Amino acid sequence: MTATPVLELADVQKAFGSVIALRSGTISVDAGSIHALVGENGAGKSTLVKIVAGLYQRDAGTFRLRGEDVDFTSTAQSKAAGVAVIYQEPTLFPDLSVTENIFMGRQPTGRFGRIDRKAMRHEVERLFTRLGVAIDPDRLAEGLSIADQQVIEIAKAVSLDASLLIMDEPTAALSGREVDRLFAIARSLRDEGRALIFISHRFDEVFDLCDTITVMRDGAYIATSAIADTSVDEIVRQMVGREVTELFPKQPTEIGEPLLEVEGLTTPGVFHDITFTVRSGEIVGLAGLVGAGRSEVARAIFGVDSYREGTVRMRGKPIPQGEPTAAMRAGIALVPEDRRKQGLVIESGVGRNITLAIRRELARFGLLTTTMENRAAAVWASRLEVKAQALDTVAATLSGGNQQKVVLAKWLATKPEVLIIDEPTRGIDVGTKAEVHRLLSQLAGEGMGILMISSELPEVLGMADRVLVMREGRITAEIDRADATSENVMYAATHASEQLQ
Amino acid sequence: MTTTPPTTRIPVSGLTKRISALGRARELGILVALAIVVVAATVKNPAFLFSNDGWRDLLLTPSILMLVAVGQAIVIITRNVDLSVGSVIGLTAYLTGRLFIDMPWLPIPVVVLLAVLLGAVLGLINGALVAFARVPAMVITLGTLYAYRGINVLWAGSTRVNASDMPREFLAVGTGSILWIPILTIVALVVLAAAAWYMRNTRGGREYYAIGSDPAAAELYGLRVTRRVLTAFVLSGALAGLAGVFYAARYGSVSSQAGAGWELDAVGAAVIGGVAITGGVGSVWGAAIGAVLLMTINRALPILGIPDFWQRAVVGALIIGAIVLDRVLAVRQRRRLIEARDDES
Amino acid sequence: MTTMTGTTQATRVIPGHAKPLWRRMLLTRESAIIGLLVLVVAVASVTVRGFGQPITLNYLLLDIAPILLIALPMTLIMVTGEIDLSVGSMVGLSSVVTGVAVQAGIPFEAAAVIALLVGVVGGAFNGFLVTVVGLPSLAVTIGTLALFRGLAVGLLGTTAVTDFPETWTTLAKARIAGTTIPYIMVPFLILLVVFVILLHFTPFGRGIYAIGLSKDAARFSGVDVERTKFILFMLAGLVAAFAGIFYTLRFGSARGDNATGLELQVIAAVVLGGVSVFGGRGALHGVVAAAVLIGVISSALRLANITSDVINIVTGVLLVLSVVAASVLNRLQQSRRRPGRPPRVTASTAT
Repeated sequence: MTATPVLELADVQKAFGSVIALRSGTISVDAGSIHALVGENGAGKSTLVKIVAGLYQRDAGTFRLRGEDVDFTSTAQSKAAGVAVIYQEPTLFPDLSVTENIFMGRQPTGRFGRIDRKAMRHEVERLFTRLGVAIDPDRLAEGLSIADQQVIEIAKAVSLDASLLIMDEPTAALSGREVDRLFAIARSLRDEGRALIFISHRFDEVFDLCDTITVMRDGAYIATSAIADTSVDEIVRQMVGREVTELFPKQPTEIGEPLLEVEGLTTPGVFHDITFTVRSGEIVGLAGLVGAGRSEVARAIFGVDSYREGTVRMRGKPIPQGEPTAAMRAGIALVPEDRRKQGLVIESGVGRNITLAIRRELARFGLLTTTMENRAAAVWASRLEVKAQALDTVAATLSGGNQQKVVLAKWLATKPEVLIIDEPTRGIDVGTKAEVHRLLSQLAGEGMGILMISSELPEVLGMADRVLVMREGRITAEIDRADATSENVMYAATHASEQLQ
Repeated sequence: MTTTPPTTRIPVSGLTKRISALGRARELGILVALAIVVVAATVKNPAFLFSNDGWRDLLLTPSILMLVAVGQAIVIITRNVDLSVGSVIGLTAYLTGRLFIDMPWLPIPVVVLLAVLLGAVLGLINGALVAFARVPAMVITLGTLYAYRGINVLWAGSTRVNASDMPREFLAVGTGSILWIPILTIVALVVLAAAAWYMRNTRGGREYYAIGSDPAAAELYGLRVTRRVLTAFVLSGALAGLAGVFYAARYGSVSSQAGAGWELDAVGAAVIGGVAITGGVGSVWGAAIGAVLLMTINRALPILGIPDFWQRAVVGALIIGAIVLDRVLAVRQRRRLIEARDDES
Repeated sequence: MTTMTGTTQATRVIPGHAKPLWRRMLLTRESAIIGLLVLVVAVASVTVRGFGQPITLNYLLLDIAPILLIALPMTLIMVTGEIDLSVGSMVGLSSVVTGVAVQAGIPFEAAAVIALLVGVVGGAFNGFLVTVVGLPSLAVTIGTLALFRGLAVGLLGTTAVTDFPETWTTLAKARIAGTTIPYIMVPFLILLVVFVILLHFTPFGRGIYAIGLSKDAARFSGVDVERTKFILFMLAGLVAAFAGIFYTLRFGSARGDNATGLELQVIAAVVLGGVSVFGGRGALHGVVAAAVLIGVISSALRLANITSDVINIVTGVLLVLSVVAASVLNRLQQSRRRPGRPPRVTASTAT
């Protein structure tokens, strides 16, 4: 006799305008189980979760909770139905205490509606004991580590008696010990009969913690298997669905002189003793798990953040830190990780965005007109084949792929010698992905040095001449193209080995 | 694991103790500052404190601002601001006088109630515009500051309400005392205590802090943000309305410019009292003490030999000093909290 | 060559604009205000006796000159998403400084320069607190509003200085030969041109819009956010000081309470003129039209013997309406642009 699954989704579809985010969302999670949900970026996992959480409403398909059809129009409804989502970046109230955060809106009350603080504290202590944590309940939520914030979110969910907990990339910013603590909590929740969904890119964790695994690809359901019956290779094959090496051809290029030299870059608590070189014609891949500190290194090199120790040199000349204009003048460009908030002025037009970084160079006698901007922007927009109605089309209306092209156009217009690109193809359709890769290859062929930060192993393996791997703020491996495999890159990303110079 | 282990008592960490002590220290600090000012002024002129009028004025003058500051604190805690309170005071003070003149048969409590109600309605307009139209409160209340004052002037023209127009019992409440404590002060303290209790001990009160601390998170939590913001403004308006009644009772003479500029004093009192302009932090006690401090400084300045036209400058300097201090402390607190967590891990 | 496809087909040319010029020019908030201005002027000329007289223009422009002047840097500040509530107090302070200096025997020209310097220093103080200390501009300028006004009142007390050289006081009220336009319009127009060029036709101006729309993206693109804001606050202080000198000369009197409440009128003009309170949106022609509109309404109402408080009510209501209307329009635009797009979600997204 099989019990009714806690969550059942079958052929759920969701589209945003012309973009189809979810083609066939299917998953079935039982009580007392930890169910892994994996897939590449853009596979549709996030959309699926948001539908379950009540943030979006599905266009079609079945959605059942404990056997009953449901249709959530708000997060409050899904919470009331026993669904809790632990996001990568929990949203707590920084100025309030941990206890208040857990019970906000439903504090235990006594006479006259007076909050019963003693009962609340007792309840929190009970919760924390059960979860095996020792965070001070009266402490302000501000400054708590991500790990602790997640635990508080879980405590909240448990106190709401959630029957389904969804954890979205929970271990991305966690240390080894914190991961262990999280897993212990997850297992105890499972043993209590709750259902958990665990979304992650880290297969060792998935295989350690979960009992079932569902794979998604390009918005569609691929397969569900019991963990015991499958292997990492099988899962990767299902996720990628094609032979890895063919997709990302990097033309062999003559590698020239060193352009960017980073030495001993350190910011305590973020990254430590980062040293590497990027040469002309070379694509250096910077791999690692989310939270390893790669984007922070990129920002420090480019001058958006400052660093405590170390030097950054372009063609031998040191660059002052903390000034993006200095890095730009030296010939460095940075395509940042967050396209919408850092890469683009999202509410501005395509033309404006493309010319933002070269605005000073474009000006004649200090003056700049839209006509001059458009002339320059049109050149780059057509070179990169940006699909937009016009140059004054607002960037927010473009697809992810086209937005990325606009960011690339902006930085290529500055004629950089070194391009740092952080997650070049995240959230982009397959076709544009290939275009971007071809472009990067071409640029390298023309002598540009490229530092490519990526969390997608196939991309790193296919594109990079050399792969640097970071883990918890340090470079743990440097592997040549010929020797690099997904296994040894993954190994270096998840285990601290001796740092290679 | 089926047996429930005994609940472990988690001790309050030293860091938490230090931080909550800091919050109380702020209130203590302004109390100390207040004491210093009073002592200094009394030394210069013993009549400042040790005379019937001196003592009475010391307690009476701030009582009116205290009400407004409490309302302002609640609004600021939700990460908004109410710049229209001065104009609300003007309108309700004038309404009070007008009611006594045109409808002398109305019992005094009814007049008071109507004035407070007017204040609440004016606050409701502000709140509705802010909560529903999602427009920054600063701009909205800037507009209503103008509009309400304009209505006031239009209504009053160049006439004034004089003490002779108002019932003697009413004025007696305004200047009278019970056991050497002015009646208005007692009322203000009662209101303050009630507001402080509400903000500290009820779900509604705590939700104000949550909304100011992180409005986006408050939405995600499912808190009824719109309703809370609305009530915050209604409260601010009602308290300003009550302040208008106090004004009429205390001064007996109401022109169309009554309460002009009080919004700045109210915001200043709240900020000096530890209410962060970005919301989520502070208490109505602090705002009340801040109001007393401000008004007392105003009265003490001439006695200390500083011409009273430097009052404004002193208020301005205090506001800037307070927010800079808050910022420095907040940065340091953040750093300490982060260091503490790095130590623990 | 960096063509993506690598073929020799002609690359598609992207047009500069999606909509025809007339639509872009006419369907804007600025055009709406300009249209409203024209309408109100027409109606007032017909219905209000005396409005059509040339002398009305003279008084109108003299009255709104300080607002017009200060609205220029205020627009730039509000486009970056900040605000400066201390400008009215700076007008008063610069007026007092001029008066005090003249009273102390310093020649007027030098006194004016000192007042301008005071304006720059005051603006720099605001800028320092906002960009270096990192405080919200609302809080800072509420404090400096009180501080500057307090200094002004403190320096002069309840007295006023009225001893200004006649050449200057007559110049302040004089008209350009043959017209009823006061001379102050000359410096205003010069400043207007400067600010229009600065905001709409320079890299600095592009940076201002970028900061208002997305501070992070601006920083990542090499815009010096702190320096830009600092410069804008200094400009506001300088222009406010200049307006203060004009104000003093026009009324021939320096008083501590000169121009109380001016900041509200400036903000009303800026917001009514189409500048978004959230930053990133707005243009100077709309602001100028809005300031003139407010002046016209005040003037017409005054001539129609309607009391000045009604003018305040009208200004206040206009301010509220324009902000609410902007918010409503914005939300309509958002939902029309992306049908079915989800509302902005603050929880992090992993794909």
